[in-house]
Amino acid sequence: MPTATETIEGLVKQEYKYGFYTDVETESAPPGLNEDIIRLISTKKKEPEWMTEWRLKAYRHWTTMTEPTWPKVHYPPVNFQDITYYSAPKQKGDGPKSLDEVDPKLLETYEKLGIPLRERERLAGVAVDAVFDSVSVGTTFKKQLAEKGVVFCSMSEAILEHPELVKKYIGMVVPYTDNFYASLNSAVFTDGSFCYIPKGVRCPMELSTYFRINAAKSGQFERTLIVAEEGASVSYLEGCTAPMRDENQLHAAVVELIALDHAQIKYSTVQNWYPGDEQGRGGIYNFVTKRGLCKGRNSKISWTQVETGSAITWKYPSCILQGDNSVGEFYSVAVTNNYQQADTGTKMVHIGKNTRSTIVSKGISAGHGQNSYRGLVKIQKSAANARNFSQCDSMLIGAKCGAHTFPYIEVKNTTASVEHEASTSKIGEDQIFYCNQRGLSTQDAVNMIVNGFCKEVFKELPMEFAVEAQKLLGVSLEGSVG
Amino acid sequence: MSNQPILEIKNLSAGVEGKQILKGVSLTLNPGEVHAVMGPNGSGKSTLAAVLAGRDGYEVAGEVIYNGKDLLDLDPEERAREGLFLAFQYPVEIPGVNSTVFLKAALNEVRKHKGQPELDAYEFLALMKDKMKLLELKDDLLKRSVNEGFSGGEKKRAEIFQMAVLEPKLAILDETDSGLDIDALKVVASGVNKLKRPDNAQLVITHYQRLLNYIIPDFVHVLFDGRIVRTGDKQLALDLEEKGYDWIVKGEPVAA
Repeated sequence: MPTATETIEGLVKQEYKYGFYTDVETESAPPGLNEDIIRLISTKKKEPEWMTEWRLKAYRHWTTMTEPTWPKVHYPPVNFQDITYYSAPKQKGDGPKSLDEVDPKLLETYEKLGIPLRERERLAGVAVDAVFDSVSVGTTFKKQLAEKGVVFCSMSEAILEHPELVKKYIGMVVPYTDNFYASLNSAVFTDGSFCYIPKGVRCPMELSTYFRINAAKSGQFERTLIVAEEGASVSYLEGCTAPMRDENQLHAAVVELIALDHAQIKYSTVQNWYPGDEQGRGGIYNFVTKRGLCKGRNSKISWTQVETGSAITWKYPSCILQGDNSVGEFYSVAVTNNYQQADTGTKMVHIGKNTRSTIVSKGISAGHGQNSYRGLVKIQKSAANARNFSQCDSMLIGAKCGAHTFPYIEVKNTTASVEHEASTSKIGEDQIFYCNQRGLSTQDAVNMIVNGFCKEVFKELPMEFAVEAQKLLGVSLEGSVG
Repeated sequence: MSNQPILEIKNLSAGVEGKQILKGVSLTLNPGEVHAVMGPNGSGKSTLAAVLAGRDGYEVAGEVIYNGKDLLDLDPEERAREGLFLAFQYPVEIPGVNSTVFLKAALNEVRKHKGQPELDAYEFLALMKDKMKLLELKDDLLKRSVNEGFSGGEKKRAEIFQMAVLEPKLAILDETDSGLDIDALKVVASGVNKLKRPDNAQLVITHYQRLLNYIIPDFVHVLFDGRIVRTGDKQLALDLEEKGYDWIVKGEPVAA
């Protein structure tokens, strides 16, 4: 007879629903990385010379770097010459001019994922950019957004159509020298999303990008850039899935956010890359650099992430609080199950006066999962009256998993106030039995307890995503009352 | 139908890792009755409550018929949906889970089981208001997470409130009086009394007689070393209070 703990573990195990593969004809570069491959990518994308040069500078810098070893994750070394750096669904001629010309197989893929791109079935109030392997296959609601002056398109398109904006901002927050994976990304990024919200505009709908890795042995290297001009605001959502495979696949993305005076950017992620199987075979290596720059006064950048997928997660969505009175927020739920490993957290760098940051991190470990929170709160000398509040909570399910916390705090201004709270709890058999005794099944009880644990983060997500996130954790919606 | 006992415990024994705790308990509760089970520490009182509620980890033998069904055959949640309620001695905290949401889910499980429509948020809130008035409770507890940060008294009151909302057929109160001051004790006892109906039964487990000043039992059973060694009316509780458990254990004769 299974013990209550085994039952709980069983319930946390869920089959990966997005593991299918779409059979489309693709055009791929040969595996391996050298300057020719980079030129090939740049040529394929018809990029201007400055972009090619930037990529090459990044590549040359990357060759001088070594992989970081400080994260608390373990994996065999990645052979970067084995990876295919460019893979795209084959297109006739110049590629689709509108969604009507997109390969129906691709549209079906996104429909299966719950992201309809076709005109009449589009998600109300959400504009979607769909990225399939190395390229964007389509962006919805472009025209409606353009009427407000909002630019929302694939990165490739932005480089061609808005080179002055891309040139001005790309690498401003994450320079190509930043770190091993960011440099790699700068050299080989193949697509991603670009958003530009002009002065004083509140983006009329949620913007979202849906990333899908499909091809085998390919890496996905997308780059996203969001710029909110003075007084502008935008809410952006990101979703990710991949087929089930026995080999590991590399995903090394870069996201840069720039908020000018009084601007606000809210960036939400539901990351559900294939996590590998129960024995820890396969799954995505998610090595991502995400950083936001609160450049202007009174600007605000808020990161919310729900990380349930990937074999290994290595990411620290961060805020550089440069403008006076600027605000940075980080809300995170990270789940590691089976043999998943996560080393995730944030960096809040306070430079401006009266800058404020909030960190709420919830780590859930089950199976043999290892979950680490790593966070830096840095108060520079110039940051008078800076304030930070950090809360890191860990929940353990079963006896073979682990939770770790690595908080780093550097304070160089005595007027600053920094608070850190941490807790570790276990879903107890007592809690389950209490719920059972009130008529709730063990499944419902676990859902309710996990949902309660993550509540502070879920409430930061836009409604549609909050629902998806709760479903992801096998959690039924709470909050119809009170 | 109404003559059928709510609960019939026949020669129930229970142990943990080979150590026998209950050694053949028999007890029958009829509709409308309140039974008290008293006994010193370690006599098996809480084990009796746990086994009836279906807690894991006990080796159980014997027979328990609840509402004509084999109770020991049911999962804990099925017992709960069938109207068996345990007021816990130490109600557990569930951080982040709102008390109202929790209780609504619990009630709707019972209603679904009975084939009744589930209550929506408005109907449920109206029901809660009624029950709060009945028990003279304030609603602030229900805005908080389940038992989180509650004082001992608040936890027990919350248990009684849940009982009022769920309207169980059989309520088992496991040392609900422990750790309560006299005012809290009165509130809890008056709640229990108000919830007494001709078609339900209550099993009140207690160490001390003082709760029985406020909840008047029809029968008092003394549990000692895993067996019911004496059964009487409320006078038995008073005698116990006066003479201590030794008086029974040593087997002195008492007037029946």
